[in-house]
Amino acid sequence: MSLAVRVVPCLDVDAGRVVKGVNFAGLRDAGDPVELARQYGDDGADELVFLDVTASSDARETTYDVVARTAEQVFVPLTVGGGVRGVADVDRLLRAGADKVGVNTAAVARPRLVTEIADRFGAQVLVLSVDARRCPPGTPPSERTPSGFEVTTHGGRRGTGVDALAWAAEAARLGAGEILLNSVDADGTTAGFDLEMLRAVRAEVGVPVVASGGAGRLADFAPAVEAGADAVLAASVFHFGVLSVGQVKDALAAAGHPVRRA
Amino acid sequence: MASPRVVVLDHGSGNVRSAVRALEATGAHVTLTGDRGAALAADGLVVPGVGAFAAVARDLRAVGGHEVVAERLAAGRPVLGVCVGLQVLFGRGLEHAADEASAAAGLGLWPGDVARLPSGVVPHMGWNTVEAPAGSTLFGAEPDPDERYYFVHSFAVQRWTGPASARVTWAEHGVRFVAAVEDGPLSATQFHPEKSGDAGQRLLRRWVASLDDAVGTARGPA
Repeated sequence: MSLAVRVVPCLDVDAGRVVKGVNFAGLRDAGDPVELARQYGDDGADELVFLDVTASSDARETTYDVVARTAEQVFVPLTVGGGVRGVADVDRLLRAGADKVGVNTAAVARPRLVTEIADRFGAQVLVLSVDARRCPPGTPPSERTPSGFEVTTHGGRRGTGVDALAWAAEAARLGAGEILLNSVDADGTTAGFDLEMLRAVRAEVGVPVVASGGAGRLADFAPAVEAGADAVLAASVFHFGVLSVGQVKDALAAAGHPVRRA
Repeated sequence: MASPRVVVLDHGSGNVRSAVRALEATGAHVTLTGDRGAALAADGLVVPGVGAFAAVARDLRAVGGHEVVAERLAAGRPVLGVCVGLQVLFGRGLEHAADEASAAAGLGLWPGDVARLPSGVVPHMGWNTVEAPAGSTLFGAEPDPDERYYFVHSFAVQRWTGPASARVTWAEHGVRFVAAVEDGPLSATQFHPEKSGDAGQRLLRRWVASLDDAVGTARGPA
């Protein structure tokens, strides 16, 4: 036997409420992240990710409360990302009950943050989120990154000119315990994961890689694992009830990949 | 019998809230504290640990945890180490050690080194199966080989050189490593039972139930 492929639902949380559509039978309050987290836990989610998209720092206080209430009720690992700027933010999230913390923009701006967090809390708490896009056709060679994949920030809206493969490798070397690789191009398309990008990052790093962006059909998940993903993350297909965690696991198992049966 | 009293030793280690909640869900009466008296008096003591071996060993000593554990074991009172809380029970941690001479000292309750996993993808992160011996307290009389537990670690004990009487549970990630040990009153898991969903809950319930037995034994026959 070997390690199971993790199936990870992701929830966007804004000021303590789940945003983006949620269509789940049997929920009293589809906007309550705690209730939704529990539902996913019951369905067999191997981990949960909260992406905090709260804009104001006042409203962010509610995030800690949501994390604390979730950790009281859901006994699978919880990753919280979004707006993490420094060691103090990580400390607070861990104390609230997060098991791992996702870091993105702040680490691109200041890579040393990765080392600071890993030294203090251990590499296992640090998930480096990489929002990567393909350099569009017609990009002048002087603006293309060597791999053809570029790191973006601010939810994919801003290019950085940083090579996504080189950044993933550097972050792993600096102490990131896991790479959450989100394809900005594939995100929301439900046309499948960016397998080429996954294979490229897998070849560069020795830490676990989570595939994100593009999941739409049951048939999309096994190829991501075959391209090197240790875990598969999806948001909309789970929220809208298009697919269940259990169905994704059945599809992975049918393709010969080990999964955890809850 | 009244709910067993469990203390989760607070020595400043990362996320211990979930360990408290998961133990509470078993019906135990749980306190999170670094207080020595409470840790000695509890029916069961849980030693959590997240982060680096050397830091956890240092923080544990700072609250007198090494003495509390030794005293409890001398009296046959149960202790459960979790994750790095398992690792520090061994002799040495080679994490961040440039060479063997700079290895961090563990509590040395079991001999052996905690060394980096030589496997391809590290940390070993996620849900894995274990090979538990029959008649286990933690895994049950007939352990289910398909049950999965949540691991997240880069270092592990890869050889058991402790007492032959101990029940050792193994897992595999490229190499075989110690996933759990049950040695009289001292037990420990490399995985996180408090993060292992229903399987973890069942394991914690079995451990908490064994405290009742231990308490009953300590009190003598009725």
